[in-house]
Amino acid sequence: MATNPLHQFEIIPLVPFKVAGLNLAFTNSALLMILTVLISAALMIIPMRRAAIIPGRWQNIPELFYEFIQGLVRDVIGPSGMRYLPLVFTLFMIVLLGNLLGMLPYSFTITSHIIVTAALGVGVFLIVTVMGFVNHGWHFLSLFAPSGLPKFIYLILIPIEIISFLSRPITLAVRLCANMTAGHTVLKVFALFSVQMGIIMGLGPMIMNSMIVALELLVAVLQAYIFTILTCVYLKDSVELHH
Amino acid sequence: MEVNTAKLLAAALALLPLFGVGLGLGKIFSAFIEAVGRNPGAKKDVFQIGLIGAAMTESIAIFALVVSLILIFVVK
Repeated sequence: MATNPLHQFEIIPLVPFKVAGLNLAFTNSALLMILTVLISAALMIIPMRRAAIIPGRWQNIPELFYEFIQGLVRDVIGPSGMRYLPLVFTLFMIVLLGNLLGMLPYSFTITSHIIVTAALGVGVFLIVTVMGFVNHGWHFLSLFAPSGLPKFIYLILIPIEIISFLSRPITLAVRLCANMTAGHTVLKVFALFSVQMGIIMGLGPMIMNSMIVALELLVAVLQAYIFTILTCVYLKDSVELHH
Repeated sequence: MEVNTAKLLAAALALLPLFGVGLGLGKIFSAFIEAVGRNPGAKKDVFQIGLIGAAMTESIAIFALVVSLILIFVVK
């Protein structure tokens, strides 16, 4: 039995495959990523095949998610941000299902690896920067210098604004990754306690563990929501500059 | 003091901002509960703003964590 609480984050090659010294094995991480995409696509496509004006039980699932994210985008970015809805919706579904599938026993949490969340975070950052320059041209740089302040404050403010802009992908990535890693480690540590304390005494950590599972489900949904809402807040900068 | 010990101690000290972050998060959510108690109709809007504030506060903790991890794994 693996007694290391960090054992769950190990990437195991399921189908070893090497091309010219490059390790291209099909790992458990890749399997869970494919599952995430397949499940989120199936959740959206299959119930909507026979779409009715009055939604049935199954059609409610995609409509619930869609209207939730639609309301979020409309509230945060504004009506002109609806063209970003597919991006935001996809990000939400990927992060949510990645978090939730990781809660299954013996599975693997793809969002607990910083490379996955960093790819998402850097992607969001690049889209915000590129779309900001596309929408506003060089005027986008006025994001770093809010107008209507005394002149000498700009000396301090502009470097701070630039640093906080550049640290956005880091905070996006590390927040999701650290939350997932910490929560899952706590789960496994408590599971280890109940294994070591025997059948009767071990019930205590087990009850505690089931409460932490509930907390982790909340964190999984909440972190997906926070990732989405921060993406919307960042996209708002590239859609409309506040002066 | 050995270099390794000093490094680990510095990494632990770099996490001190968590004190302030904890206070700040508690303050955000206590204000959230108070606002919802006064005006339950505004729950949805206040929740959204509160979460953005919590995420911004958390990013201080993330910076501290990154500094700490750099001290452990990068600094030779």
